[in-house]
Parts: sequence; structure tokens; C-alpha cells
Amino acid sequence: MAYNEKVLDHYENPRNVGTLDKSDAQVGTGMVGAPACGDVMKLQIRINEDGIIDDAKFKTFGCGSAIAASSLVTEWVKGKSIDEALAIKNKDIADELALPPVKIHCSVLAEDAIKSAVADYRSKQKGV
Amino acid sequence: MIYLDHNATSPPRPGVAEAVTANLTTTHGNPSSVHGAGRRARHLLDDARRAVARLVAVHESRVIFTSGGTESNHLALFGIAEAAEYRGTILTSAIEHPSVHKPLSRIAAHGMQVIQLPVDPLGRVDAAAVEQAITPDTRLVSIMAANNETGVLQPIQAIGTLCRAARVPFHCDATQWFGKLSLSTDVLGADLLTLSAHKAGGPMGCGALIVANALQLAPLLLGGGQERGRRSGTENLPGIAGFAAMAGQLARQIEDEAQRNASLRDKLEYELLKSIPDAIILGRGAERLPNTTALLIPCVDGETLVMTLDLAGFAISSGAACSSGKNSPSHVPMAMGWSAEATRGMVRISLGWDTTETMVDSFISVFQRSVDRLRKGSALA
Repeated sequence: MAYNEKVLDHYENPRNVGTLDKSDAQVGTGMVGAPACGDVMKLQIRINEDGIIDDAKFKTFGCGSAIAASSLVTEWVKGKSIDEALAIKNKDIADELALPPVKIHCSVLAEDAIKSAVADYRSKQKGV
Repeated sequence: MIYLDHNATSPPRPGVAEAVTANLTTTHGNPSSVHGAGRRARHLLDDARRAVARLVAVHESRVIFTSGGTESNHLALFGIAEAAEYRGTILTSAIEHPSVHKPLSRIAAHGMQVIQLPVDPLGRVDAAAVEQAITPDTRLVSIMAANNETGVLQPIQAIGTLCRAARVPFHCDATQWFGKLSLSTDVLGADLLTLSAHKAGGPMGCGALIVANALQLAPLLLGGGQERGRRSGTENLPGIAGFAAMAGQLARQIEDEAQRNASLRDKLEYELLKSIPDAIILGRGAERLPNTTALLIPCVDGETLVMTLDLAGFAISSGAACSSGKNSPSHVPMAMGWSAEATRGMVRISLGWDTTETMVDSFISVFQRSVDRLRKGSALA
């Protein structure tokens, strides 16, 4: 069986690999998954004064589909408002990457990573 | 494609495909038929049996051809268990292949006691523990010759000796040993010996169980009474012809191959550890097959590394089998004391009869680059 083309593209040329400054109040960091039995995604977003996500970075430990899903999500959230980013559902990610049923959990994890990053950003904002 | 996954299957050696084809095209008789075609097929079967018997230094009457390692293991385990009417005890280890583990689970469900002995941190069963566990109720000891994932050799000579002294039959799954190391008397002391042709450069779908003549073994397959009644069914003659062609070459070349692979393997491990110093070689420090390197690489997912290398034109395997979206870590490193998390970073490189130094050299540089790349993007690094 061949590897899926879209997964392969994101996997071979991952977008936005890296990290943002975790201590920056404008940056939300989401870390989801468990290394023992699944994949681990770290997604970071930076929100500007207009409430728009102007940068996103990821690092993922896991399979090719998990890497591709996180790479795709960083592309999608950029330029979106927080509410628009939260509207991204795992099904959108799975459809875009044509993930097979055994890899759907990768898209679920990517959706969770967005929620987790937003939650981190919001808790930081409350603290400011 | 550079193929470094000989523990999964070893490509057919020169002459094997020709022997299979020759049988399919010219000797298409049933060895049980009395006519000329049947007699020619019988002749080929007898010759092949002698070739395999010579390789394992036993009388040809002990060679039972099967469909491969899994069937040989089933015949050995269910054959003994059923002959014992599922009473008594079977001793085995925590690192056996699933084709031993799973039949033993079913045998346990039938009422037999199955005792799984642990391994030390280097992945070895303790022969003294086997001796201590043997009781008058013990019906069989089943311990593999060499582990498929780590290549670690088990103390089968000692186990064979103590089983003989205790008059307990000893089954040895030598699937991975076969074709990688010469079959010394250590292995050949077993009352039941599992061999698989394709792991040694023969065709798939063909193997053997070497059975001590007097051993009471209930057959799995009933019917025409082929293979001395131990395995009914028309023989897989094309496969057996390929098996015999492989056996002849193996006998001549195995010593040289083992030496060459050991030096390539040593170079590979030296270079990989130099550039990835936190990698762990499983069973390093134990006696191992000369062709196998099992690595745990922190912060890297083994399956993803396998895919990266596949895309770069190299075939190796990961330790973990991934099914239904959940990675189930391999039981072998876990039995050696490694965590599920550490086990995620497992890959296995296994060299073989056609591996050259050039292949190993190009593999080393691509492997290092791939690990670097994955670590750079890893959430755990």
C-alpha cells in the first residue's frame, strides 16, 4: 500500500516545526497525548492584539499521520480568530489528509491540541 | 531498495527460484502416486528430506515437512499437549514468538499449566531457573534458540542437557537461528526443532519440525498419513524443492556468512552509537546472532523511523506492531525491563546472506540523518 500523498507532503515537508516562547503571555501551549501508548503533540499559537493567531509551531512524537495532522493544523490556524480555530474539527483534518480509520486518532489528537493551546492562552490572559 | 530485514524474511538464495520452478514445470506428480510421475515426485521428496537431514545432522526419518515456523510450533506444542491429554505442565519463556505464546494460551485454557519464565535485562532465560521449575508433572520445555527481535541466544545447550537428564521433551524454536548461525549440537539436542525455510533464504510456506523418533506427538492434520503420519496432506513439493536447494548452499556458506555479518554488524553498531550515543542496543553484552541489531532510540517513534527509511529506500522493521490505531509495544524489551515509552523507539536491523559493506555504509549515514530530523521535530526531545 502506498503512503497517502497529502500525509506524505506534510510529513516530508512539515510546516512550522519548532517552538514559540512559552513564557510569552500571547502564546498558548498545548501538549496532548501520552508517549507510552500513543502520540504526543505540542502545539503553540501566538495571538496578536486583534485576537488573530499570527503564528503557530508544533513538535510531534508519533507516526507520520500524527506529524502530518499537526503540521496541517499549524497552517490552518494561522490568520484565524480563536473561535474560528476552535471550530476546526477532527473530521476536517481527517478528511483533508484522507486518514484511514486506524489513523483517525491522530486527527482527534490534533483537535485536542488546538483546544489545549487555546485553554493555556486563556488562562494566561486571566492571570494578566 | 536496500533490504536489511532478514529476520522478517530473507530473500531467496540463488538457485531457489529455479528449483521451485523446475518442480512446478517438470515434476508435477504426487509423491504418493505409484505411477512414473508419482515416483519422480517421491524421489525428489526423498532427496530433499536427505538434504535437510544432512544440514541438521539427523536421520532423515526425523524430518517432518510443514508449512513453516508457525505450523511447526503448533505441531510441537499441541502434539505434546494432546498426547498428554492436556494434563501436566509446560515451561516456556516470556520472550517466545507469538506462534508459541498464543498456542500455549489456548493449551492453558484446555487445563494444562503453562509457566512462563522471565528473562534477565540482557534478554536471556536462566537455565538454572528452568531446572528448578521442572517437576514430575512437566510434559514439555519450549524455549527459542535465538530471539527474533534482539537476536539474543538462549542457553539451549544447558537446557537441552538438563531436559534429557529429567526425561522431559525439549522443543526449541530455531526459526531465527536457522540461516544466521551454523546449527551446532547445542540446537540439535532438542527433541523438537522448529525450522522455517524463508528465514534462511528459502521459499515461504515451507518449514520443518525435526522430531525425535520415539516421541509421542498427536498430529494436527489427519488424512492420508504423509510425513510418517505426523502431518497429513500432499507435500508442498515446489516449496520443499526450494528448501533443499537452500539447504545445500547454507551448509557450504553459513560459517563465512556468519563471520562476515558479525563484522558488518559490529561496524554498524559502532558507527550508530558514535553518532547517537543515547541509543541502546538491546542484549549488547549477551551472546547474539551475528546479524541482528535491536535499537531503542529515545524521543523517536520506531514506526515513524521505519517509514522515513522506507521513503529513503531502506527496509528495516520496528519492534512494535501497530494495529487499530494503538501502538502495542513489543513484549520482548518489556520482558527485559524496559518501559512501554522506551520501547516505542525500537527498530530492528537484520543483515543477511546478500548484505554488503556498501549497503551498510549507506544505511549508516541515512539512518543518522533520519534520526536527527525526527528528533528535531519531536515533542519529547
